[in-house]
Amino acid sequence: MTDPGATPDAIVFDNVSKVFADGTTAVRNLTLAVPEGRLTVFVGSSGSGKTTALRMINRMVEPTSGTVTVGGADVATVDPVALRLGIGYVLQNAGLMPHQRVIDNVATVPVLKGQTRRAARTAAYAVLERVGLDANLATRYPAQLSGGEQQRVGVARALAADPPILLMDEPFSAVDQVVRRELQDEILRLQATLHKTIVFVTHDIDEALTLADSVAVFQRGVLQQYDPPETLLSDPANDFVAGFIGTGRGYRWLRLIDAAGLPLCDVETIAAERLPGAHPDGWALVVDAAGAPAGWFDGDTASRLGSLLRPDGNLSQALESALSSPSGIGVAVDAAGRFIGGVAAADVLAAVDARRRG
Amino acid sequence: MHYLLTHLDDARALTVVHLRLALLPVLLGLAIAVPLAVAVQRAPLARRLTTATASVVFTIPSLALFVVLPVILGTRLLDEANVIVALTSYTAALLVRAVLEALDTVPATVRDAAAALGYPKLTRIMKVDLPLAIPNLIAGLRVVVVTNIAMVSVGSVIGIGGLGAWFTEGYNTDKSDQIVAGILLLFALAVVIDGLIVLAGRVATPWTRAVR
Amino acid sequence: MNFVRQAIAYLLTVRNWTGPVGLAARLAEHLEYTAIALGAAALIAVPLGLIIGHTRRGTLLVVGTVNALRSLPTMGVLLLGVLLFGLGAAPTLVALALLGVPSLLAGTYAGVAGVDPAAVDAARALGMTETQVLRRVEVPNALPAILGGLRNATLQVVATATVAAYASLGGLGRYLIDGIKERQFHLALVGALAVAALALVLDGILAAAVWAAAPGTGRLRGDLRGDGHHTCQ
Repeated sequence: MTDPGATPDAIVFDNVSKVFADGTTAVRNLTLAVPEGRLTVFVGSSGSGKTTALRMINRMVEPTSGTVTVGGADVATVDPVALRLGIGYVLQNAGLMPHQRVIDNVATVPVLKGQTRRAARTAAYAVLERVGLDANLATRYPAQLSGGEQQRVGVARALAADPPILLMDEPFSAVDQVVRRELQDEILRLQATLHKTIVFVTHDIDEALTLADSVAVFQRGVLQQYDPPETLLSDPANDFVAGFIGTGRGYRWLRLIDAAGLPLCDVETIAAERLPGAHPDGWALVVDAAGAPAGWFDGDTASRLGSLLRPDGNLSQALESALSSPSGIGVAVDAAGRFIGGVAAADVLAAVDARRRG
Repeated sequence: MHYLLTHLDDARALTVVHLRLALLPVLLGLAIAVPLAVAVQRAPLARRLTTATASVVFTIPSLALFVVLPVILGTRLLDEANVIVALTSYTAALLVRAVLEALDTVPATVRDAAAALGYPKLTRIMKVDLPLAIPNLIAGLRVVVVTNIAMVSVGSVIGIGGLGAWFTEGYNTDKSDQIVAGILLLFALAVVIDGLIVLAGRVATPWTRAVR
Repeated sequence: MNFVRQAIAYLLTVRNWTGPVGLAARLAEHLEYTAIALGAAALIAVPLGLIIGHTRRGTLLVVGTVNALRSLPTMGVLLLGVLLFGLGAAPTLVALALLGVPSLLAGTYAGVAGVDPAAVDAARALGMTETQVLRRVEVPNALPAILGGLRNATLQVVATATVAAYASLGGLGRYLIDGIKERQFHLALVGALAVAALALVLDGILAAAVWAAAPGTGRLRGDLRGDGHHTCQ
């Protein structure tokens, strides 16, 4: 079950198995190719073998049988230290060196590769900025940072030597939901500019669907399915995968579709200054001087807005906008936040239908 | 007190000898214990053998070691070398245990991360494991140093030198003020050196004091 | 090497073991000093350690006391005591007890304070009184550390008790001190070997005690499975 993408394969598992000393089989006959420049997610519950598989890429775990190939070379023939210096690694709980300042943590790999500490530190400042961290955090110790900040430092550290491959082992599971979403957005943003080959391990199916170009579902050491997220949702390979994705498959699928082509409908608007004394027929959207939506008015009472649909939004957000609006009509805005049109739930469902048919 | 003030030269000379006898073994002991501990930390059989041997060595009272070593080494009883070897063995044995425990406290996740980043083994030990083990090691080091200072004064009963001479002399000549002076001076020495070790530990571990 | 042979010969001669100044008698004296000193030290250190470890108040006092007592030269205190209060075991025993306090206090305090706070909390929530918490939860879990402290203290006291001989008291140190004074080196060797052997034996016993006292392993209680086995009906 390999993904026959047009891009060359950066990492190849060829019939790889791992049996530990105590007899447990962590990975069983894994054959999988990770395409270059794409984000591949290994997903599964604990003990599914996803982390073991990841760690065989940088030889933190040695396969019992089969070959793992990175960049065309069998990893067993490469010096492990050299291999790891060329692969970025982000772990859960960051795994930062507690006794070194943030800047030195980030500069670790360049220094190990021979760069002078000063040059490495200078370069590290740029990387910190790239992951969205303030430069004044550079001289602090890890213990002084929040969980989310530590994770970002972990990512910066992995990126510092500009490795072509990035391994991420449940990097966001130790932080709360809000921070997790920010970090996920950050990864997507970075990937859009950097195009690294990323292998990302998680037990959270939603995270997998959000981030992945391809998803590999593991269970008890065996690969169950390896497909892009839409395929996974529309066509689960077996009962396990369907069950793992769980209920809400349909709703999740909506998140994967861009709302760009969605037709907008007309909505009566009222300028905010003219609100007192206005008599709309039915619901009207109140807009402020800049053209941004401020609330709804039905002739008697003013109500708050529901969620908004922004230019980069997906169908799930479009539907949510309509459902959460007091008037039943969603509000779409442009990049500057100005109101551009209404969103009708019926239009969203029509778009789903069209896609299914076409 | 009065005795101390009137015998300052004597005090200085004896203190130098005492500190040399007490502290040199600590340095030598560390030089032996640290590499040894690092080597056996992850080798279960070698580790058990080493800790067992160390246990036996530091269980033997130093006074006994002072007496037995001349037989093995061919030194004379009161040779300074004899005392240094005896105390070094004792200190090294104690420190091996302490260093092993300190190394064990380094979190597994940090070690794992270091290996995954591409740290070669020796570099990792020098730059990650040992620095992180320092706080725990300091605690053990303090006990070892203070104990050694006391050990040297016990050795004065067989005449090895150091401030313990004031105890034996004072006892034999019925001068209690000499003994008191010795007690005070040794006490002060131990406290000062203990303080210096704590200070050195703090300087070496700035990250433990960083406040959120 | 002459000394070694002489020493071994000495040890193998039964006559040297018997009598009021024989090896056996000296051994007994040595053990007596050690036991009394350790008993006294425990009497002071253990209750203090238990209370401070349990209440977690007065930590600074413990740390300060332990450090201060460790820095006190036992030899000096011992000889001063004898000089001031005359010959007799009392000053020696006081000095030796003071020597034993730091390790016992440190071990007891660390053991009790180091018990899993969740377990202590749960015990309180179940309705145990403070004393019960101490007795039923903290002490059993702290036992290995307390016994570890006892082990360290024993080593130090046994070692230093040899010095008591300098103040004309008994114990195995007699062989050491007299041997050196009278230039009968083989006697000093006998003393050294005897003290070393004693220390190793006592340490072995206490090491076994520490091992047996590990909580949750049922080593002290014996296998529960054989107890009161009955069917579910």
